[in-house]
Amino acid sequence: MSHYPTKLESSIKAAREKKDLLLMTHIVLGYPNFDDSIRVVEDMVEAGVDLMELQIPFSEPMADGPVILKANSEALKAGATVEQSFEVAERITREFDIPFLFMTYYNILFCTGVNEFVERCDNIGIQGCIVPDLPPAEGQDYLDAMKKHALAPVHIFTPNTPEPRMRFLSDNSAGFIYSVARKGVTGKDTAFSDETSQYLATCRASTDLPLAVGFGVKSKDDVDFLRGKADIAVVGSETIRVMEQEGVAGVKPFIQTLVA
Amino acid sequence: MRNTGYYSQFGGAFIPEILVPTFDELETAYLEAKDDPSFWEEYLTLMSTYSCRATPITRLDNLSEQLGGASIYCKREDLNHTGAHKVNNVMGQGLLTKRMGKTRVIAETGAGQHGVATATMAAKFGFDCTIYMGAHDVARQRPNVFWMEQMGAEVIAVTEGSQTLKDAINEAFRDWVSNMDNTHYALGTACGPHPFPEMVSWFQSIIGTEAREQMLERTGNLPSRVYACVGGGSNAMGLFSGFFDDEEVELVGVEAGGRGRGAGEHAARLAYDDATIGVAQGYKTFFLQNRDGQMQDTHSVSAGLDYVGVSPILSHLHETKRVRFEAATDDDVVAAMQRTVRNEGLIPALESSHAFAQAYAEAPMMSKDENILINMSGRADKDIFTVADAIEDPKWREFIIDKAKGYQKGVNQ
Repeated sequence: MSHYPTKLESSIKAAREKKDLLLMTHIVLGYPNFDDSIRVVEDMVEAGVDLMELQIPFSEPMADGPVILKANSEALKAGATVEQSFEVAERITREFDIPFLFMTYYNILFCTGVNEFVERCDNIGIQGCIVPDLPPAEGQDYLDAMKKHALAPVHIFTPNTPEPRMRFLSDNSAGFIYSVARKGVTGKDTAFSDETSQYLATCRASTDLPLAVGFGVKSKDDVDFLRGKADIAVVGSETIRVMEQEGVAGVKPFIQTLVA
Repeated sequence: MRNTGYYSQFGGAFIPEILVPTFDELETAYLEAKDDPSFWEEYLTLMSTYSCRATPITRLDNLSEQLGGASIYCKREDLNHTGAHKVNNVMGQGLLTKRMGKTRVIAETGAGQHGVATATMAAKFGFDCTIYMGAHDVARQRPNVFWMEQMGAEVIAVTEGSQTLKDAINEAFRDWVSNMDNTHYALGTACGPHPFPEMVSWFQSIIGTEAREQMLERTGNLPSRVYACVGGGSNAMGLFSGFFDDEEVELVGVEAGGRGRGAGEHAARLAYDDATIGVAQGYKTFFLQNRDGQMQDTHSVSAGLDYVGVSPILSHLHETKRVRFEAATDDDVVAAMQRTVRNEGLIPALESSHAFAQAYAEAPMMSKDENILINMSGRADKDIFTVADAIEDPKWREFIIDKAKGYQKGVNQ
């Protein structure tokens, strides 16, 4: 079984013709507010980010660490709704010419209605989704809907995932595979080592989709480590941390140091 | 593809990919233990030598007389070591942890009973132990925190979200995704991803198995109605499971009615109509959530019932109408507790007092030759601060003020 073609995969491949490693970043929509979300996207795109995850905030972000957790709860406290997230995402995809994905938890899809959620993603130009609490065995409706709209369901490889399971996840994915560099939640340090290289080689061998690597990627050294081992480096919590410490204006210089 | 752990549409295992092998390992260990008669033997021996099982049933002679209807019995889970039914589940999971060769246990706790039970188990089996507890609950349940720490557990106050049980569960999962290699997450209730709802219910079924035999022996009949409070649902699943095949026995689950109907005022997922079906904390059930699927704040006088979700097995039994769900308000619960203390000398926990409140409301309308059974899932020693506040006991207040003055002077009284 092999994955179906998507716009996301072909744009990643096209971008890879020009660059040996792409950069994906992550923001939480509505944190600290929706206007700042748009401003941060603008800065990131200008700084050379190749694709972005837009997280729709959820009250129980089980797989996220302290930084993104706080961003989720602050966004909700400020009144962020799923409807607003869709509206802002639509504006973002219209204004900026890179691929955007939604990252969120399954309850957001479930309460919207899985088919309706996916159809809206398609309508507003979202190219794929990462739903970390939805393993393929629980997500057939979601997988069917994504396939129908030729959107990319992105699944996650972990250092604990056995190779047959990696192939199974790859078969149920499209666009790219998100490989987490270590155990744990988002936003903690990762020691990039020989062990990481071996693990990434296993990931590489288990899928013919482009490979993104995230969790603990926070410096130019980390990004350089991934060159030749992955197609996409994912910087998630660190950009949000920079935004907290230095304000929205700090994001662009930070991204520029990564891609320098 | 495999879809396990469903009870009609409820249940499932909505887990992060990193935990998939851990859940496979847990399910295998659980199924092997279930198939191995020596495991249950070992469990029964442990529970009879460490935790006073079988716990008796007690007839509430004075209140049965006063209320003038059905004869009221209660199952004395309060007599367990650590003072609640939680230890039934925890000791079973402790034995499983040993079988899996793990050396550390983590747990969430609301009221603190499950935390104390887990810390006790860890001390006995020699495991390292970390307990996650909502900061709000740490403040409400200091006596339990004290004992957990005395037993060597690290208690982490969770300051995220509503700072109650659900947030403690999220934090425990965040620990587990980093430390699954040596750590077992001893989830405390019949919720969460498969196999937890089934496994926890299995360990708690010891309550119902004993209670059914005891009622037959004592009264010659099965009870007409059986009452249990429902937070996550483990004590209810435990007691009810003894009577699932007895269609003539009505099963009544009593949720936290708090200050009454309306979002944020209570924690009644099934008895009131404020909850809808959703997926969070790894499973599908009725949640108190808004239209977007964001979990809402809940309220109950009892920390142990103050939870947004409910066992997927109970949601299923609600839909099939095998279990009737009611809610008791904070005021009724405190009154039922005081009444039980005064008239019977029994001290039910605020959680358990929900079941007592509902039983007291229904008993007078039943005939004298009927028997009803209440699960006294725990005792209220831990609730002394909350209860003293609720009944505004002036002598207690004076005692605390004096005690605080003593500490302020640096005098250790």
